[in-house]
Amino acid sequence: MLRQVEGSKAVADTVAMCRPQVICAYPISPQTHIVEGLSALVKSESLRNCEFINVESEFAAMSVAIGASATGARTYTATASQGLLFMVEAVYNASGLGLPIVMTVANRAIGAPINIWNDHSDSMSQRDSGWIQLYAETNQEAADLHVQAFRIAEELSLPIMVCMDGFILTHAYERVDVPEQEQVDAYLPAYTPRQVLDPLNPVSIGAMVGPDAFTEVKYISHMKNLSALDVIPRAASQFQEIFGRSSGGLIRGYKLDGAQTVVIALGSVLGTIKDVVDEMVAADIPIGVLGIIAFRPFPTEAVRSALSKAKRVIVIEKAFQVGIGGIVIENVRASLRGSHIADYTLIAGLGGRPITKQSLATYLDRACKDAVDELTFLDLDQSLADSEIAREAGR
Amino acid sequence: MSSTPIKFYQVGSFAIGNRLLPADDRSIQSDPSRTNALNSGHRACQGCGEALGARYALDAAMRATNEQIIAVNATGCLEVFSTPYPESSWRIPWLHSLFGNAPAVATGVAAALKAQGKSDIRVIAQGGDGATVDIGFGALSGMFERNDDVLYICYDNEAYMNTGVQRSGATPPAARTATTQAVGENPGNVFGQGKNLPRIAMAHEIPYVATATVADLRDLEAKVTKAMSFRGARYIHVLVPCPLGWGSQSCDTIKIARLATQSGLFPVFEAENGEVVASTPIRKRVDVEEYLKLQVRYSHLFAPTRRDDVINHLQSIADKNIARYNLLIDESESI
Amino acid sequence: MEKPFAITLAVNSSLNNHTGSWRVEKPEYVHRMPPCNSACPAGENIQNWLYIAEDGSYEAAWRALIIENPFPAIMGRVCYHPCENVCNRAELDQSVGINSIERFLGDYAIEKALTIPAPAVESGFKVLVIGAGPAGLSAAYHLRSMGHSVTVRDATHAPGGMMRYGIPQYRLPREVLDAEIHRIKDMGVTFEMNTRVDDVHEALDEGFDALFLAIGAQLSKRAYIPASEAARILDAIKVLHGVEDGTQPLLGRKVVVYGGGNTAMDVARTAKRLGAQETIIVYRRTRDKAPANDEEITEALEEGILVKWLSTIKHVDEKTLQIEKMALDENGYPQPTGEFETLEADSLILALGQEVDFSLLGNSADLDTKDGVMPVDSTMMTSHPGIFAGGDMVPADRTVTTGVGHGKKAARNIDAWLRKTAFEKLENRDVVTFDQLNTWYYTDAPHIVRERLDATRRAKDFSEVVKGLDETNALFEARRCMSCGNCFECDNCFGVCPDNAIIKLGPGKGFEINLDYCKGCGICVAECPSSSIVMVPDK
Ligand SMILES: Cc1cc2nc3c(=O)[nH]c(=O)nc-3n(C[C@H](O)[C@H](O)[C@H](O)COP(=O)(O)OP(=O)(O)OC[C@H]3O[C@@H](n4cnc5c(N)ncnc54)[C@H](O)[C@@H]3O)c2cc1C
Ligand SMILES: Cc1ncc(C[n+]2csc(CCOP(=O)(O)OP(=O)(O)O)c2C)c(N)n1
Ligand code: SF4
Ligand code: SF4
Ligand code: SF4
Ligand SMILES: [Mg+2]
Repeated sequence: MLRQVEGSKAVADTVAMCRPQVICAYPISPQTHIVEGLSALVKSESLRNCEFINVESEFAAMSVAIGASATGARTYTATASQGLLFMVEAVYNASGLGLPIVMTVANRAIGAPINIWNDHSDSMSQRDSGWIQLYAETNQEAADLHVQAFRIAEELSLPIMVCMDGFILTHAYERVDVPEQEQVDAYLPAYTPRQVLDPLNPVSIGAMVGPDAFTEVKYISHMKNLSALDVIPRAASQFQEIFGRSSGGLIRGYKLDGAQTVVIALGSVLGTIKDVVDEMVAADIPIGVLGIIAFRPFPTEAVRSALSKAKRVIVIEKAFQVGIGGIVIENVRASLRGSHIADYTLIAGLGGRPITKQSLATYLDRACKDAVDELTFLDLDQSLADSEIAREAGR
Repeated sequence: MSSTPIKFYQVGSFAIGNRLLPADDRSIQSDPSRTNALNSGHRACQGCGEALGARYALDAAMRATNEQIIAVNATGCLEVFSTPYPESSWRIPWLHSLFGNAPAVATGVAAALKAQGKSDIRVIAQGGDGATVDIGFGALSGMFERNDDVLYICYDNEAYMNTGVQRSGATPPAARTATTQAVGENPGNVFGQGKNLPRIAMAHEIPYVATATVADLRDLEAKVTKAMSFRGARYIHVLVPCPLGWGSQSCDTIKIARLATQSGLFPVFEAENGEVVASTPIRKRVDVEEYLKLQVRYSHLFAPTRRDDVINHLQSIADKNIARYNLLIDESESI
Repeated sequence: MEKPFAITLAVNSSLNNHTGSWRVEKPEYVHRMPPCNSACPAGENIQNWLYIAEDGSYEAAWRALIIENPFPAIMGRVCYHPCENVCNRAELDQSVGINSIERFLGDYAIEKALTIPAPAVESGFKVLVIGAGPAGLSAAYHLRSMGHSVTVRDATHAPGGMMRYGIPQYRLPREVLDAEIHRIKDMGVTFEMNTRVDDVHEALDEGFDALFLAIGAQLSKRAYIPASEAARILDAIKVLHGVEDGTQPLLGRKVVVYGGGNTAMDVARTAKRLGAQETIIVYRRTRDKAPANDEEITEALEEGILVKWLSTIKHVDEKTLQIEKMALDENGYPQPTGEFETLEADSLILALGQEVDFSLLGNSADLDTKDGVMPVDSTMMTSHPGIFAGGDMVPADRTVTTGVGHGKKAARNIDAWLRKTAFEKLENRDVVTFDQLNTWYYTDAPHIVRERLDATRRAKDFSEVVKGLDETNALFEARRCMSCGNCFECDNCFGVCPDNAIIKLGPGKGFEINLDYCKGCGICVAECPSSSIVMVPDK
């Protein structure tokens, strides 16, 4: 049903339609509206057979999720930023134990300095946690990805983070075709856990594994994570069959035909990028866009073939690895291995700084002429930074 | 279990079993068909009190629930010695997640069971003192505050044993650990304010809080059984001597636990809804010294110079417990 | 259910891990010697029959008891119970009332008319027992049980020896005595009463394969006391014998008894019952030195008998006698003080001990005597092959129980001698001491004192003074036993093993160590209340 609705509300309503049995969360902006929405649904009994647990920390939230999921319940939680970092130990544990928890990350910067605004530092920090990571471009996609996420997670017995940009999506009112319950029920089978804590069929979950088998355990989980590269597109196409719209998948190309320059990005910034690219294409600049939806597992082959005709790749990232540079670019380079495509990284939108069309257009213009540094921070006040650096150095 | 005091038998209710008692009045551990929730082949040290306490407690919980339990375990000795790949000693559904999150994981298990309409299956969370009073303290308090339907059992061996005997918030004053060495002017652990988790649990006014030791099996069984008759958050704190960490003889595990109770250092009591409702009187009172001297972790109190000041300080802690929990009532009167 | 590799494990799989390999020492169940057993002159396995009695299996307990001693009802009345003096429970609260439980079991068997079956196989050997006192009867019982044909020959009218002609009825009712002796008769033992043996060798020549001598010490010791013609001086044994025969002599209103042993107490108390208004015991030494059993002294005093401690009799007249006060010297020996006192006395009864009447030996040189008794070797055999002896006539304590023990020991050795084998004596197991027990586990349970007949009533007749326990009390008392050195199935080991390495075999079968898993921690040993497990090296 098409509704003019806040992104968080769309996600909350959609998650509720997935019939989760345990929801646990701890509030942190900009995730709050999602869990408030779900809490209201449980409390008002619109969402039945579901326990909503108000925990005392994100660490507890993920821990409750672990216990619930291991007991065979469809389990959901949401967090962001500091909250995600606070639960990290349990995040790794959930994937290690192969528990199909779905978690929304309402992407937000990480302090210090404390900052509540959007960037991708939080979820990017968990790219090696063993979770599947899906990034939503729009609120429609955010809602749809949650439906798909439960299906993928439960099929693979792996947890999934659905990442949506904090405020930009979570707090934006947009027209969203919120899925219908019948559609969701048709798409999402009841959860059959791979393993479950059951007195009738007891098992010991969470053994200590030493050097004798640890490598194998890790290799197996790597392979399992990679197998999502098949499952995710299948989930998307089946989604399209039932819901009649395209959502999800591994990657999404835009105007790639004949594009010599390909701009790669994740999440909502793709909208702005597409606007700028539209103008450039109109000006006969051969440029296209490649959105990455599934960042983990990384769709190396899909990206490689999407880039096969490109001469130049520009990765726009909302997070970076201090001391070296872009994160996404490192992954993209795996797809470029063997080719001689130039690549540039643009770090943009940190801590919620607006990525304006104008700045982006200026940068892309120059980049298409190879007139940018390998690594650029968009709209950086260079002189301010330089003088501070000099002052510090002079101490 | 019937409430009539067992008077006429040579070992009353002190020994594990008693061939003269009706089957219903016998301890669970005396039953050859007991479940052995924690089975043989585990890798606990010789004479490990934690292994013993865990089997006692979980067998009782199994009996009380018709074997419908799920256990969540914090990281620590119990977890490590029971489930090193490729062998598990458990015979119940069991989940280990992390060191500091067992209470929350258990909450999740209970929530899942409730959502699935399986609340007849009961949940137990367990961990060492470190997991309980330190790293998992916040999660535990949250579980208590929400009154989640979980019985949490702390196996208190008074230090981080699994990592090599470092101090925890439950390490008693003057005890030496790997991080409170027996050196300097005041060897061993500091005299802090203590962190009495049973009392903290009581402050949450949860339905049931109890302390117990491996020296009184029937008491422990009765408490676990009783705990299982309540819904909501429950807490049992079990003193489990650790031969390795305490530097005691492996054969003395139970004796040391007994001396802890008989000296008053470890008061054994029960509380309901935040109020103490019963305490186990001391039967044969001993000075704390009797307890201390069996343990290398206190040996610096006796040699090279005897530290009467410290021993007296510890005695005063015991005396305070005795007064606070009324531990010196004549047993015959209390029946 | 699909189990993820390594992270999820099958339950109970650790049973594959045999932690027994960690062990350097292993626990072992043992049977050790309880002090009570070791002190019982009849060699009773007290701990064992108490254990059996504890669950109310009185007949079984009685049958276990009579393997060693056929007279529990008698023992429960006359034995001085040295077992109780050494009972470990005394250090906890008070010793177990072994003797009272023994009496309970004996009385139970009499009440239920339990019998002892005749032996299944006859050995063909014939044994003569001379003397139907406790030693002789015990030997007869054991020999008969082993299949021998046994003849008991005694000079008196009825069997029992001093149990009948010495110990008064108020301590040992004759129905009890008769019942327990009768059971032996019913096993097929031949009694030849009123038959004094005047020559041992002649008797042996009648065709017996072996002979057990148990003639007791029948002769009263005499002391020289200056006395007037009219003085009435009697001998305690004769007085007591007379009471039994119904030929008791006239003692008068005031009776003085001389001596400090049990016989003195018994004869004084008997005199009281025969109507004496005043009975005074005169004894040379102090109460604590008196050979009489302290309980008997107490009972005598309770009944109004007066005792002149530290006194000797100097002179006896018709109606009076003179005693001299003694004082202890620095070595604790009584010495005359020259201080005299006159007591009124219609008669004086001497109770100064007994001697063995060896007249039946004739002047045969092959049967040695020494210091008035007959020495025997470790098999109870005299210097004459095939002739064994026991009881009061051999050098040992003169008690019923010792006699019973001798009878048993002699019987086992006679049997071996007849069959030309050697009797295997059980190796002397170490006696369990109190500090080896883990007494924490025993409930505090003080001893039950047997009820006594009111003192004013008891001095009037010969009814039994000390009453038996009722069943509840006997059961309670039995259950006070700590089962020193022998497993009593308290399940402690089974419960306290952190490795579940103890296998419970079921009621009466005890336990076994599962060496696959036992790590050798020793907790089971430390927490065994009864010290029935020990750690032994394990390679
Ligand atoms: C008054 C008194 C009270 C006692 N009280 C106790 C007591 O309470 N507890 C206790 O433990 N002990 C007591 N004793 C001691 C105990 O009675 C004796 O130690 C015990 O009876 C000795 O047993 P015996 O079989 O050796 O000899 P006896 O009991 O003396 O029996 C010997 C038997 O041999 C017979 N006999 C002897 N010579 C011949 C022969 N030539 N031919 C045939 N038969 C012969 C005798 O007639 C007699 O029946 C008491 C003794 C007396 C005298
Ligand atoms: C987050 C985290 N910090 C530290 C550790 C290391 N660690 C594992 S077990 C343990 C000590 C456990 O002590 P306690 O809970 O008292 O149990 P015990 O081993 O004494 O039974 C520690 C410090 C860990 N596993 N996880
Ligand atoms: S270190 Fe202590 S708690 Fe850990 S297994 Fe050994 S004895 Fe048990
Ligand atoms: S407690 Fe029992 S076994 Fe031990 S000495 Fe006493 S009667 Fe004998
Ligand atoms: S308690 Fe168990 S492991 Fe320890 S010695 Fe006894 S049988 Fe062996
Ligand atoms: Mg600990």
